[in-house]
Amino acid sequence: MAANLTLLTTNLTTIFANQIVSLENMLGELTLVVRDIDMLEVLTRLRDDPDLRFEQMIDLCGVDYCTYGGEICEGGAYLKSDIAPDAYPSRFAVAYHLLSLTHNIRLRVRVFAEDDDLPVLSSVVNIWPCANWYEREAFDLYGIVFNDHPDLRRLLTDYGFVGNPFRKDFPLSGHVEMRYDPEQQRVIYQPVSIEPRELVPRIIREEHYGGLK
Amino acid sequence: MAEIKNYTMNFGPQHPSAHGVLRLVLELDGEVIERADPHIGLLHRGTEKLAEHKTYLQSLPYMDRLDYVSMMCNEHAYVMAIEKLLALEVPVRAQYIRVMFDEITRVMNHLLWLGAHALDIGAMTVFLYAFREREDLMDVYEAVSGARLHAAYYRPGGVYRDLPDSMPLYQASKIHNAKAVKKMNENREGSLLDFMEDFTNRFPACVDEYETLLTDNRIWKQRTVGIGVVTPERALALGFSGPMLRGSGIVWDLRKKQPYEVYNRLDFDIPVGVEGDCYDRYLVRVEEMRQSNRIIKQCISWLRQNPGPVIVNNFKVAPPKRESMKQNMEELIHHFKLFTEGMHVPSGEAYAAVEHPKGEFGIYIISDGANKPYRLKIRAPGFAHIAALDEMARGHMIADVVAIIGTQDIVFGEVDR
Repeated sequence: MAANLTLLTTNLTTIFANQIVSLENMLGELTLVVRDIDMLEVLTRLRDDPDLRFEQMIDLCGVDYCTYGGEICEGGAYLKSDIAPDAYPSRFAVAYHLLSLTHNIRLRVRVFAEDDDLPVLSSVVNIWPCANWYEREAFDLYGIVFNDHPDLRRLLTDYGFVGNPFRKDFPLSGHVEMRYDPEQQRVIYQPVSIEPRELVPRIIREEHYGGLK
Repeated sequence: MAEIKNYTMNFGPQHPSAHGVLRLVLELDGEVIERADPHIGLLHRGTEKLAEHKTYLQSLPYMDRLDYVSMMCNEHAYVMAIEKLLALEVPVRAQYIRVMFDEITRVMNHLLWLGAHALDIGAMTVFLYAFREREDLMDVYEAVSGARLHAAYYRPGGVYRDLPDSMPLYQASKIHNAKAVKKMNENREGSLLDFMEDFTNRFPACVDEYETLLTDNRIWKQRTVGIGVVTPERALALGFSGPMLRGSGIVWDLRKKQPYEVYNRLDFDIPVGVEGDCYDRYLVRVEEMRQSNRIIKQCISWLRQNPGPVIVNNFKVAPPKRESMKQNMEELIHHFKLFTEGMHVPSGEAYAAVEHPKGEFGIYIISDGANKPYRLKIRAPGFAHIAALDEMARGHMIADVVAIIGTQDIVFGEVDR
């Protein structure tokens, strides 16, 4: 595995010399970051190049980095992370997990959407058809728009749902709740009646806390 | 002549063969499917969002509720991702226990799949037979974790506790008298391992029974041969994994190709299909049950000979022993901190995947060093499979949709998350 990774690192740096924003090996997993304008070219090459051959897109994961490692002020938590809040260039990113069956190796490709207010990325449906539903999911949960997607509809949330529930500024309890109204004799939506509460505060400790790695 | 138009039909969400809450909008030309549009999300609970607001240990039982017919395999991917970030070395005995329970889970999953699939397309008896054996495995789950379904048995760093020395026994009642109960308890007198050994000895004959009912059955073949054919190229492009991929003839199994835990020390084979139709996937899964049985046997003999710890001795990750917690100030503090604040996972990201009974089940964790994950993504195998339903069902009859849903082994707990 380790030899494979070194070989893949060399291959990636030679093939995509001008397109790599960063390429790091962490915990035996390679993460390649590319710009959104290069993504289609890079991802197509990743699938087709005989030295790479990433035939399968295993997963596509939307991420909202807006509170990553920043000042934490939930429920009395007080510590600050060691990672600077501006460690990530933009708010939304998509992580593609690729798998090469030929070379038995995995690769993670991360692409940031430049615009925070309207995150737009290119669709990879034409490269990996299975991306269809994964992109619909990311669109539904994060509001990331995928250009040239054949059928960009909501997937997991309710019919007529408003908002993008996995964004960090969307409360865990949501905005509306649903109940049966006996007077109107139908199901109605109303603002949530429960208070959001944090049972365990989110705390970031210093590095090597308690002798951990 | 009357004008013939395509019409749309709604299938589910309350349909016994929709395997849960699948709503399917079918566009039909007569009885032939022109287009299938699955609507999922009726069981969406936002597990990934919930996990962002819970400590790592509190989210673990949510994993059972993803694919609720193969509980421990879900937990496995989750704890493996945490262990990867923490760089934990899991005791070998815990690894063997996990592998054994992964395979027990695989057998359980395939038994339910076999029973439900056969029931969907018209064979009643298989369901009864399959659940007879599944019940024994449920008892093993219960003996080890206290729960028949939602075990919450795996922990980051090992498993919750060692295997029990005794199995729960049946009690005499109005239905079963003392003599009958004695017979029922025959294989339960010893430890859990004795019970499992007895199970592995009689299980191959049970699989033969299922096969007698189905493999050469004319009706079964008519309903499955040539239905839902997926070529190897399409199977890759559609993101298939597990038996769906192997049924199409691609030799790919994470247990062999990217071995985790102790799979590289165990001897087993990977069955592969040829045609890529429902019948081949059936054969693949049946053979997987036999292979799992082989793995369980090897685990039992290893576990018998090698006692040892089953969880790491790091109080930042695993709780101290109950007795020492009661007597020792430091252990008490560790216990308190672990169960209130929870464990801290170093910042970074990790993806861990296991060969789940349904395919590749992966957990992707992004941590910023807090006691809760920053982002947890669940890669469910069923999600990619159900997305391909449209392509697999096109040109087939309505009745074949049921066979295709069955062969995909869909469980909505994991598809909707």
